[in-house]
Amino acid sequence: MTDAVVFRAPRNQWWDVWDQFKTHRGALIGMLVFFGIILFCFVGPWIWPYSATHIDIRARNQGFSWAHPMGTDQLGRDMFARMMKGGQVSLAVGVVGMLLSIFLGALIGVVAGYFRRVDGILMRMTDLFLALPLLPLLLVMSMLFRQPLSNAFGVEMGMFLMIVTAIAITSWMRTARVVRGDVLALKEREYVLAARSIGTPPGRLILRHILPNVLSPVMVSATLTIATAIITESALSFLGMGFPPDFPTWGRLVADGVDYLQDYPSRSMMPGVFISMVVLSVNYIGDGLRDALDPRIRGR
Amino acid sequence: MFTFTMRRLLLAIPTLLFIALVIFLLLELSPGDPMADMPLTIPPEVRQQMRLALGLGEAWYVRFYSWLYLFSVVEPSHVMANMTGLEWLRVEGPRIISFQTRSPVADIVAQRLPQTLWVVGLSYIFGILLAVPIGIYSAYRQYSWFDQAGTFVSMVGFSLPTFFTGPLLMLIFSIWLGWFPIIYDTTLVVDSFYDFGLQLRQMAMPVFVLTLYNAAQITRFMRASMLDNMTQDYVRTARAKGMTEKVVVLVHVLRNSLIPVVTVIALGIPTVFTGAIITEQVFRVNGLGALLITAIYASDIPMVLTLSVVFAILIVLFNLIADILYAVLDPRIRYD
Repeated sequence: MTDAVVFRAPRNQWWDVWDQFKTHRGALIGMLVFFGIILFCFVGPWIWPYSATHIDIRARNQGFSWAHPMGTDQLGRDMFARMMKGGQVSLAVGVVGMLLSIFLGALIGVVAGYFRRVDGILMRMTDLFLALPLLPLLLVMSMLFRQPLSNAFGVEMGMFLMIVTAIAITSWMRTARVVRGDVLALKEREYVLAARSIGTPPGRLILRHILPNVLSPVMVSATLTIATAIITESALSFLGMGFPPDFPTWGRLVADGVDYLQDYPSRSMMPGVFISMVVLSVNYIGDGLRDALDPRIRGR
Repeated sequence: MFTFTMRRLLLAIPTLLFIALVIFLLLELSPGDPMADMPLTIPPEVRQQMRLALGLGEAWYVRFYSWLYLFSVVEPSHVMANMTGLEWLRVEGPRIISFQTRSPVADIVAQRLPQTLWVVGLSYIFGILLAVPIGIYSAYRQYSWFDQAGTFVSMVGFSLPTFFTGPLLMLIFSIWLGWFPIIYDTTLVVDSFYDFGLQLRQMAMPVFVLTLYNAAQITRFMRASMLDNMTQDYVRTARAKGMTEKVVVLVHVLRNSLIPVVTVIALGIPTVFTGAIITEQVFRVNGLGALLITAIYASDIPMVLTLSVVFAILIVLFNLIADILYAVLDPRIRYD
């Protein structure tokens, strides 16, 4: 009558999360694709002989070949190199925009949830930001700060800073709301009371006891924010409001390619496929993470 | 409930005022000059007078106040008068004039609104009509091949940006197959069956692109909400009472699952007006989104300001409607 107790060596909970994550096939494939594209964009240029801005007018409008696997554009620039360069920008904007947005969202969420006095005003502010028409606002902002920032930091860096900040300012609200809700619930737990009763100051209480427990919603929200950030950047570039024209990003490459859609369809389809693959894989990773981090699903 | 609604409505006024002020000040800082595309031969003093004629001479708070007065009193009166035909409603005097066209902003918006409403509104309705049954069946047969395919398609539809699906459809249906025109012809007057066919053909692609996107989002909510409810105790009770599956799923579960979905649908309605900026740009639909983009390029401040604030009003209004719907549909929720 002895239950067969399976003895398991104690281990870090992240291994459990990983075990659950592995069972989500979409998330695994998504992760592979995502890392593949990161490798392509950031390691590729070291190996590939052509530069993204090298103009070879005699080799313009070429089709697929071994020398130019994705052909060349109307100025004879190698599309393969331009895709890598464009990917670097899009991914960098996505990741940095996400980090900023998550930082803002988590900060506002924790402060609003933990300190009752500022809760009302911070949540009103969140509602206000949610009510802003975001795309028009982004367009106006990029119109507005394009020149001053380009003058201050150089054209590319200035635009990068502007787009990343604009994305962060317009996308932190979801994270803030989720984090605030969780913090409100966590604050009433006994262990927080215990920590407070031994005199832990609020700063350390938040960093040591509360933040680790809101990590999972923040991580899920982070993956989703990467996806929105990449789409927002591409949309801005597509509308001609992002980086300068000679500077390739995926959105800009789609927009440039649309003019040649009839004769050279691959030129706008290729970057479009890449954007879609990144966003799709990131969304799948987010889905897998959400399942893996949910203790009610994990272990089932 | 009533006090809640009134409180929220009253709270919406300062919110909207603040949003209007923020957008106004942003535009105020903007380096764009509405006189930039005037000929350089115009002497400076004439240029100054032209600026005054555009109303740019006053201090910013005076202009904000006068814009606010025009926006909240004069323009609505004209819109009402045009809609009802009651001439006595009109408030005489100056109106919000677009820098680009020198005609009242409200009139231009009224011209552009039908295109946007037709294309985007239809796609939203199609999206809902597709999403609800797919979501129900996906959840009812969780992990079946239909569910797998449905979740995959909705993930794809949710992830693919419209500026990619738009050109993709153009490539397939306009260039390779030649079924639909690439460019949306806004001047088309539908007065015969032939024109009606043309109209349908030119609307097909933009409507499809947006339908895919809307349906994908609503399907995800519908499926999740159905799944939440399927395992509830009341469902087991209903089955134990001997209800048929059809009644259990389509009456008991569906009615409860629709509560969050209806609010999501209400929250999405403002995007019917705003969210199609990119799709309109791709297919050259001459709607509100295109109007906003050209206004931003031309630094047409009154137009950008008015459109943005109208969008903000729609968002705030539908947020409120979603909250109220939530309480009306779900008796467990009480705001008072």
